[in-house]
Amino acid sequence: MRCAAALLVAALAAPAAAQTAQPAAPPRAIHVPYTQFTLPNGLRVILHEDHSVPMVTVNMWYHVGSAREKEKRTGFAHLFEHLMFMGSGHVKPGEFDEWLEAAGGDNNGSTETDRTNYWINVPSNSLELALFLESDRMGYLLDTMTPKTVDAQRDVVKNERRQSVENRPYGTAEVVIGELLYPPAHPYHWPVIGYMDDLTAASYDDVVAFFKKFYAPSNASLVVGGDLQPAAARRLIEKWFGDVKPGAAPEPMTIPAAALTGVQKKTITDRVQLPRLYLAWITPRHFQPGDAALDVVADVLAGGKNSRLYKRLVYDMQIAQEVNAFQASAQLSSSFQIVATPRPGHTVAELQRVIDEEIQKLQREAPSAHELERAVNQIESSFYNRMERVGGFGGVADQLNAYYTYKGDPDWFDEDLSRYRALSVDDVRAAAAQFLPLGARVELTVEPEKK
Amino acid sequence: MRTPLIVLVVALAGGALAAQQAPDRTHPPQPGPPAPLKLPSIQKQKLANGLPVWIVEDHKVPVAQVNLVVFSGTANDPPGKYGVASFMAAMLEEGAGSRSALEIADAVDFLGADLGAASTIDVSAVRLHVPVARLADALPIMGDVALRPTFPRDELDRQRQQRLTSLLQGRDDPPTIAAVAFSRVLYGKGHRYGTPQMGTAETIKTFTSDDLRGYYTSAFRPENATLLAVGDFSAATVVPLFEKTFGAWKASGSAAPEKLPAAEPPAKRQIYLVDKPGAPQSQIRIGSIGAPRATPDYFPITVMNTILGGSFSSRLNNNLREVHGYTYGASSSFDMRLGAGPFAAAAGVQTDKTAEALTEFFNELNGILKPVPAEELARAKNYVALRYPSAFEATGDISRRLEDALVYHLPDDYFARYVQNIQAVTAADVQRVARTYVQPDRVVVMVVGDLKTIEPKIRALNLGTITTLTIDDVFGPKP
Repeated sequence: MRCAAALLVAALAAPAAAQTAQPAAPPRAIHVPYTQFTLPNGLRVILHEDHSVPMVTVNMWYHVGSAREKEKRTGFAHLFEHLMFMGSGHVKPGEFDEWLEAAGGDNNGSTETDRTNYWINVPSNSLELALFLESDRMGYLLDTMTPKTVDAQRDVVKNERRQSVENRPYGTAEVVIGELLYPPAHPYHWPVIGYMDDLTAASYDDVVAFFKKFYAPSNASLVVGGDLQPAAARRLIEKWFGDVKPGAAPEPMTIPAAALTGVQKKTITDRVQLPRLYLAWITPRHFQPGDAALDVVADVLAGGKNSRLYKRLVYDMQIAQEVNAFQASAQLSSSFQIVATPRPGHTVAELQRVIDEEIQKLQREAPSAHELERAVNQIESSFYNRMERVGGFGGVADQLNAYYTYKGDPDWFDEDLSRYRALSVDDVRAAAAQFLPLGARVELTVEPEKK
Repeated sequence: MRTPLIVLVVALAGGALAAQQAPDRTHPPQPGPPAPLKLPSIQKQKLANGLPVWIVEDHKVPVAQVNLVVFSGTANDPPGKYGVASFMAAMLEEGAGSRSALEIADAVDFLGADLGAASTIDVSAVRLHVPVARLADALPIMGDVALRPTFPRDELDRQRQQRLTSLLQGRDDPPTIAAVAFSRVLYGKGHRYGTPQMGTAETIKTFTSDDLRGYYTSAFRPENATLLAVGDFSAATVVPLFEKTFGAWKASGSAAPEKLPAAEPPAKRQIYLVDKPGAPQSQIRIGSIGAPRATPDYFPITVMNTILGGSFSSRLNNNLREVHGYTYGASSSFDMRLGAGPFAAAAGVQTDKTAEALTEFFNELNGILKPVPAEELARAKNYVALRYPSAFEATGDISRRLEDALVYHLPDDYFARYVQNIQAVTAADVQRVARTYVQPDRVVVMVVGDLKTIEPKIRALNLGTITTLTIDDVFGPKP
């Protein structure tokens, strides 16, 4: 079967071999096969073959996100993402979606601080249509762009902000955390979705300048994955992307230093029944030393019923409705956050006392080998689960593009997993001790609005 | 261990061969011949106790998905005990066999497995997703959870508080308020579909271990269940493991499934408003009683809904989002169940455009009653039919398709004939089902928003009788 050769996740032992008392198995490599080439205009292309279903995905990453935005123009990278679906030189407004739907295709895009991605999933017989559309907006977006188009999507984006921030319970907390963690000049200070006034101010001229600066083929990478023949796919990619004009590389960013020296404490109100506590720290960038250990710290503290905070706050004391912890990794800086909601009749102060006790304990004493292994086993499983779909957000093609963008190696899966397998219990303790000081963090409380 | 022999990484030299001639962009490329739909082959067997087992071998990724599916859901909650199925399912992992709640969670997490138990409208299930190498270790835990739950008293009290607090938090979220209120006024208190699956504060406070065990005993029975397995194994290797875990399972007590009453669509248009002071958007739901999953109109309804609000370039999304910019997205859906679930058009719209948005909703609900142009019909049918292969990509996708086939008694050739059944839908079919199920004069309109701002303009639309509801009317008194 062709599909057996398409995605070569090294086979795990057969079920019968797994009936040992210890599930700990020797490390197994995860590899995703690909081929790679670069067009003369600078577009980097990665092909990945997988014939398990007759679908292909066209996954484009532009190496620009909200971190590249100018003052008073926050939210612009994301507003621009919306404009990429509004037609281009040879595609009238509306036709992008209509043509794809008529071919059985789906598409979407998303913007983060450091990148903007777009994907089109289509039946494999419509690969050329997807490449035509993706190349047309890369090469000819401005041919049909008008101030009216910008106005229309500005309204849509403002409603996206209302839906995901203002009208969502606790939705403004995330915005405030960024503002408290980073100084105003740091590009992670403002939210990806942007501020309403800045969305109002965004102009047609901004669109032209942003496209010319950041949407050149040399600032993008393309992964085409799924039911394809590499030689034929390469010919089609050369055909449709070959005439896209090259552009200059964006200037390097100067990132102001960001470090908390004390506690940034703030209380905001929202239309909610229960208060909520957010603790946040600035932590190492993704893939830097400490980043993987902090993922394990998050699991030891709040992953599952037996995690320390869940067990104490939710299971034993029953003073919290929920508690979560996560390392939010990104290219310029990461943050580690703990979020806890008290049960009715209890306070965030009660939760914070217990949370701080548990952080301090983890800073003093390494977790058990069992806790570390439990966390690493779950992370390892997540790598397999991420192999099940080729297209869409988080599919294999999206992951190849992510590893290529951030590590220069599309098939960096096994290296990524190895970061976790290499951790010792003391690495976990040391990360908690070094990166989660109680005296230098954000403490944000959301209180219910008074009637 | 690394297996470099089977890793194929071919780094081609950079740079294409020659300068490119600009391609002809005046017409979009046309599709090549379609690839044949490859359907998973289902191996159907039975264990010693008669429990049916459906197996699909899928060797792409070394994982296994195993679902024990029980054909009773929240729709089978007895009157006065709404929420018992959902509570029962939440308790399965809180103590089973000789294992405590914490022991179950630790064992599952240590294996890197996901194990979940849930009760939804028509089905209850225990579902396991695990690296295939750990399947044999995970199955005994799944077996305890599914077959030997103990419903410990102290865990029950903790879960009760957890659920009451969730219900309280539901009052914060406008989409949740709109959905709960819409179902309540459409189906009423006396029909199971009119109350959230979790139940109400009133019922949640009363459930005892005996209630939960009673529901469990009537539902979890080999003759009322099927085991599904999709993953990187052969039937020959997994059936003995399933036999060991589930083959000796026998039911006790008796089964007593509840029958749902029929639900009648509203006789005339009714408008309901729920106040959410200060809300920057209004959550709108407009709809009626839809159709059961077994309806012969399934394919025409699917196509009609795709045109109305089931795709990005659908009429509702195009009008309310792309043309008017009132919303981040507008949609419509038919929630088809064993009984007739709701049909609803939905959006969150900016507060100052609420009345304008309602007008556009009704323009589209009236518009779909007219004949649909051929090109729009063809696009909708292709959108649904041509991407059908992606419904069989991940193990979880395949197991969901199998669950649907089982729960809704779909014919053996259902998947094979799906594409042609969609393609056979005509414009006349679409118009007929639109006129049957989308009756703009007989709908419930639910609006959750800042009434101080939106109510005067909504009243001026003269859509029908207006009733104002409080959050307590929707959720009952605060727990």
